[in-house]
Amino acid sequence: MGAAVFFGCAGIAFGPALALVLLTVAAEPLRVIVLVAGPALPPRVTATALPHVNPASGVWLRQRQRWGVSWVFLPPHHLPRAFFWLVSLLLASLIWFVSVHLSDREDAKLQYGLLVFGAAVSVLLQEVFRFAYFKLLKKADEGLAMISEDGRSPISLRQMAYVSGLSFGIISGVFSVINILADSIGPGIVGIHGDSPYYFITSAFLTMALVLLHTFWGVIFFDACEKRRYWCLGLVVASHLLTSGLTFLNPRYEASLVPIFIITFITGLWAFFTAGGSFRNILKCLSCKQEDDSRVMMYSALQVPFED
Amino acid sequence: MITFMNNSDSEEEPCNERTSLMSAESPPVPSYQDGLQASEAGEAQARRRRTGSNRSPNNIADGEMSDSGVPVRESALENEEEELTLKYGAKHVIMLFVPVTLCMIVVVATIKSVRFYTEKNGQLIYTPFSEDTTSVGQRLLNSVLNTIIMISVIVVMTVFLVLLYKYRCYKFIHGWLILSSLMLLFLFTYIYLGEVLKTYNVAMDYPTLFLVIWNFGAVGMICIHWKGPLQLQQAYLIMISALMALVFIKYLPEWSAWVILGAISIYDLMAVLCPKGPLRMLVETAQERNEPIFPALIYSSAMMWTVGMAKPDTAARGPSQQTWDAAEDGRENHRSPSHADSQMSETRSPVPTRPITSLEELEEEERGVKLGLGDFIFYSVLVGKAAATASGDWNTTLACFVAILIGLCLTLLLLAVFKKALPALPISITFGLVFYFSTDNLVRPFMDTLASHQLYI
Repeated sequence: MGAAVFFGCAGIAFGPALALVLLTVAAEPLRVIVLVAGPALPPRVTATALPHVNPASGVWLRQRQRWGVSWVFLPPHHLPRAFFWLVSLLLASLIWFVSVHLSDREDAKLQYGLLVFGAAVSVLLQEVFRFAYFKLLKKADEGLAMISEDGRSPISLRQMAYVSGLSFGIISGVFSVINILADSIGPGIVGIHGDSPYYFITSAFLTMALVLLHTFWGVIFFDACEKRRYWCLGLVVASHLLTSGLTFLNPRYEASLVPIFIITFITGLWAFFTAGGSFRNILKCLSCKQEDDSRVMMYSALQVPFED
Repeated sequence: MITFMNNSDSEEEPCNERTSLMSAESPPVPSYQDGLQASEAGEAQARRRRTGSNRSPNNIADGEMSDSGVPVRESALENEEEELTLKYGAKHVIMLFVPVTLCMIVVVATIKSVRFYTEKNGQLIYTPFSEDTTSVGQRLLNSVLNTIIMISVIVVMTVFLVLLYKYRCYKFIHGWLILSSLMLLFLFTYIYLGEVLKTYNVAMDYPTLFLVIWNFGAVGMICIHWKGPLQLQQAYLIMISALMALVFIKYLPEWSAWVILGAISIYDLMAVLCPKGPLRMLVETAQERNEPIFPALIYSSAMMWTVGMAKPDTAARGPSQQTWDAAEDGRENHRSPSHADSQMSETRSPVPTRPITSLEELEEEERGVKLGLGDFIFYSVLVGKAAATASGDWNTTLACFVAILIGLCLTLLLLAVFKKALPALPISITFGLVFYFSTDNLVRPFMDTLASHQLYI
């Protein structure tokens, strides 16, 4: 108990997420997009000006139209994402709350059943909102592509999928574990009434798995929606339900933690291959080969190589 | 007087800010130290709406550019130069998110650790009705009455301020501002420091305390009202917003606080958008006179951007690109202003033939984002109240925090779409209130029950 447990569990729960944020999202330099929609555009203008886009911090695009100038604002992706997740949680809690109040409070089994039902509804709603966010981003992406001069959006959908999955995971993890972390600072003895004494550390590990899982699911989900592979979608939803269901086996941690981590690993591999990774990429990355084409670097170092 | 009046001094030296995207601030809120009427009135002016006067150069500039954007372009050079418009849009949003987040963090940290700000110790004279009644109806009635009194005080103060501004009583206004910031920087800081030291049981003697408070206050006064490093000024503004928010959280009774928050967003909406609204008149007067509205009490984060606007010489573009790189590399508001400033002077010198109008000058110079301190204060009041009263739950605080930032995001979006002054409070406060009540009553029992069984969704 105390600060050691707090920092340890916080580190376990949010360490990978923080590392991902620092390495991929925050490290990209902030640059500006110059989008020109006019017909008489000298190409060298865009060549000198086309920068990276950090999808996490939002972008102002100057859109020149015939009747004037208008600005299109893409807000930072992680914030609306967190908002969407919150709304889904709100709706699920509403449903649960209403069902609890309509039912018999004394019946413990019924209450537990309602809790299971509430959790399942919440999972389904989260996926629905993930889909809604995908639709929103797709529209924004199409708008960007339309007004961009080469017909391609400057922000790749994969980056957005990754950032959105990550932010979904972070907000979900934070909401799950922040109260537990706050309690872990104070005085107390864990499991004095017969519960498991490993509550804090298993919660931290579960949260870490959840954050990573959401990131992977985000990538796979967006890719599946993009390529209209609905069985992939179904698999993502099913694995989310499965993960949530496995936590019902707590506190038998060997039955819940181990399978969840196996699922995390498998989903991670799947997301890696979906995003275009391969063993060759890993080898190339590990051998630290430099990119020869500086032009490619200038356009988009973040974009995964375009696959036809 | 003129230099004194020109409160953008602290930013003037490093940079002259103009805003491009602006959300309006909230209306003036009176301070509530009993008996210090003057400083209260000064506090009332502390929240000012900062809207359109800086936007007007931008709007006009945009209008110019859209005129030139009409496809009657002959020379490809002009076309190209016009297209080369750079805007650090993402930085705008970050520049607002970071200070708002910092202010909220300070307030929440203080609320959660220092007991003083959650203890009930009397009320302000602006909320005379007590909420200690047992019946719900009576309590509701008292809170509504408190709100009415508070809002009318705010309206009176705002109208008074607008009249003073209209009739050019600048000395009075400045004296008021100085008195109010004196009170904030010295008295409230002294109380805050005292309570923090009490909480952590740190012994401090009076001479040390006097030295610390004196230095803090004196540097604060200089930074805010005269010149100072930009980041120091920003830090001071965040600190005084947090202090004000803390006092509000302490002295406003519970239900009154929520009703006041709701009422103030409605008032904000009306005062900025209605044709005869006091804040709108203030903005229009400032626009007519083409002067900034008391930048000393507005949070500003001057970013250095240059707009390469139809400049026929490449010399102009060179420094602008350098500034761009400098701003990129520097990543600091403080450093980049000095870069751009030196380059600004270079820009102007090689163009003696072409008369640079003041608008283009404004376009050339740096643009900053300004948000009124009142917005900071009310955002922090909402989040702080959520932290104080939500039965020790962090989920509620987080939900309110996310809601407020989303509201701010949406406000910026609307601002760009409508291109006119918009109040910053309504959307954020609405989202914040909705999320507070729904999270506290619906989500909290759900998450608690899940956590007690260690279920994850």
